[in-house]
Amino acid sequence: MSLTTGPAAPHAAVDKSPGPGSTPAPRGRRSLSRHNLTGWLFSTPFLVLFGLFMLFPIVATLLMSFTDFGARHVTRPLEAEFVGLDNYIRLFQDETFLKALFNTAYFVVVGVPATILLGLLAAILLNNGIDRARTLFRIGFYAPVVTTIVAVAIVWRFVLDPSDGLVASLATELGVTAPDFLGSETWAMPSLIAMAVWRNLGTVMVLCIAGLQAIPTEVREAARLDGAGAWQELRRITVPLLRPTLLYATVITSIGYLNVFEEPFVMTQGGPSDSTLTVSLDMYREGFNFFHMGYAGAMAYVLFVVIMGITVLQLRLLKDNTR
Amino acid sequence: MTAETAAKAHRPRRTGRARKPLLYAVASLGLLVMATPFLWMALSAFKSRQDLTASPPVWIPTHWTLDNFAALLDQLDMPRYFLNSAIVAVLVTVSNLVFCSMLGYALAKLDFTGRSKVFGLVLAALMVPGNLMILPLYVLMNGMGLIDTYAGLVLPFAAGAFGVFLMRQFMLQVPDELLEAARLDGAGEWYIFWRIVMPLVKPALATLTIFTFLGSWNNFIWPLIATNDPDKYTLPVALATFANDPNRTVAGGNGMLMAGSLLVVLPVLFVFAVLQRHFTQGVATAGLK
Repeated sequence: MSLTTGPAAPHAAVDKSPGPGSTPAPRGRRSLSRHNLTGWLFSTPFLVLFGLFMLFPIVATLLMSFTDFGARHVTRPLEAEFVGLDNYIRLFQDETFLKALFNTAYFVVVGVPATILLGLLAAILLNNGIDRARTLFRIGFYAPVVTTIVAVAIVWRFVLDPSDGLVASLATELGVTAPDFLGSETWAMPSLIAMAVWRNLGTVMVLCIAGLQAIPTEVREAARLDGAGAWQELRRITVPLLRPTLLYATVITSIGYLNVFEEPFVMTQGGPSDSTLTVSLDMYREGFNFFHMGYAGAMAYVLFVVIMGITVLQLRLLKDNTR
Repeated sequence: MTAETAAKAHRPRRTGRARKPLLYAVASLGLLVMATPFLWMALSAFKSRQDLTASPPVWIPTHWTLDNFAALLDQLDMPRYFLNSAIVAVLVTVSNLVFCSMLGYALAKLDFTGRSKVFGLVLAALMVPGNLMILPLYVLMNGMGLIDTYAGLVLPFAAGAFGVFLMRQFMLQVPDELLEAARLDGAGEWYIFWRIVMPLVKPALATLTIFTFLGSWNNFIWPLIATNDPDKYTLPVALATFANDPNRTVAGGNGMLMAGSLLVVLPVLFVFAVLQRHFTQGVATAGLK
């Protein structure tokens, strides 16, 4: 499991070759075997931990998903019965799960574009419009990314509280009644998405600022000499040249939102009436509240396949673009 | 994507005089929206019960009070959760610094058969969502008797793929001649790694420290699963459990929760504000959250 505050995939552009600057293949008398041994020795701790706590569980989840693994198997895992594709078949007849799939898709389809757009906007604003107090703005926009999600989810819950929350009180001031955001089936999901966008746009912003700074000044100067206005410059220069960055940001944001768990867990517990139940939350419930672990494993794999599919698709787009 | 530029910001467009104030207004409004939840949290933590439920909302407490903190400490063993979070975060960070650097060094500077395969494995590991592992991980940890132990909280995160990727990137930039010279002088690989390479990649180690420490501090789903005994809760688990507890004293409960959230978030914001340069470096280098 990666412990960064989100998915941290390297760019597709990373070459898998050893790359420049690495030791050239030893020639002649310099013994290859010495490096072989040290190389593997240096790799051992990581590989052992990786094998035990990542590779094994990934395979085990797959095996589990074909069994009736339940509470009594936690202490006796080998007694679980093979049930073939049963879990997967039941999954797609399970209305709760289908709802969770729909909710997760909703989260991604609305949340990702909003996050990317606002993040890009913030980047352009900070990079090309603002020259004073830049660090302050940068810290302000990025701070939500690094803060403890459970804590900020609790804060948002209070901000949106219908009785004494900030939004409700402000609405009362203006003489309107604010909806009970987290208590209404219509508003609960948009509220969670709003919070996720607030939390994650800083990541997109930082990536885009790095991308913007890589655009040669000459390109912009040339465009301006040709009489391009600000809007044209944005459309014809900035966005096209930022395309790989934007795609990459889209990939990691999508992966993050497909796995969304903490926000609904803390803010709504999946309610009202499952309107904010996401796939991860459903999996957690099935796995750790009811101990239907085989069933939950099937969920985990369905989600994994969706994530892989979307990642591959987006990376392919990235490749086509860089060509 | 991002070339490894420590690029100097190219000179901003000289916007017309009329546009400047507008841009600042938009940016400041954005900043206000971003900061509002934090301000609300920080100020509410010190409000009296009357202020907490006042409508219109009271921003600045009419009288500042520590009641919320007192009530929170009365109901929750915060120092213990702080200690748990800190112990886990320190152990995770130290083990990542050592193990990720070791593999990073091997991938960057040692020729060995199967090196590219190992690197491929690391890249693949970056793509795998944590949710895929938690079910059997729980069974495994339970079988090893590690539920409700620090080991159970630390081990799954003891060596992250991101750290390996980051360290490899930086170690590639260490000149080979330096290592060759040391080898000719008869230095062993272990010596070279600790005494020559590690001091040269201090900035990367700083970046990795921050990311790993905060990642661990903010981690939620695994500690939630791997602890049953409240004595072993980490801060986020304790806070979420408290927030979702239907029996919680409702009156003034929000004040307590804001105090708790503030205590959890404060160290994070402090670390971030002091070391924010390393953050942007880390994000720009490897492109991550």
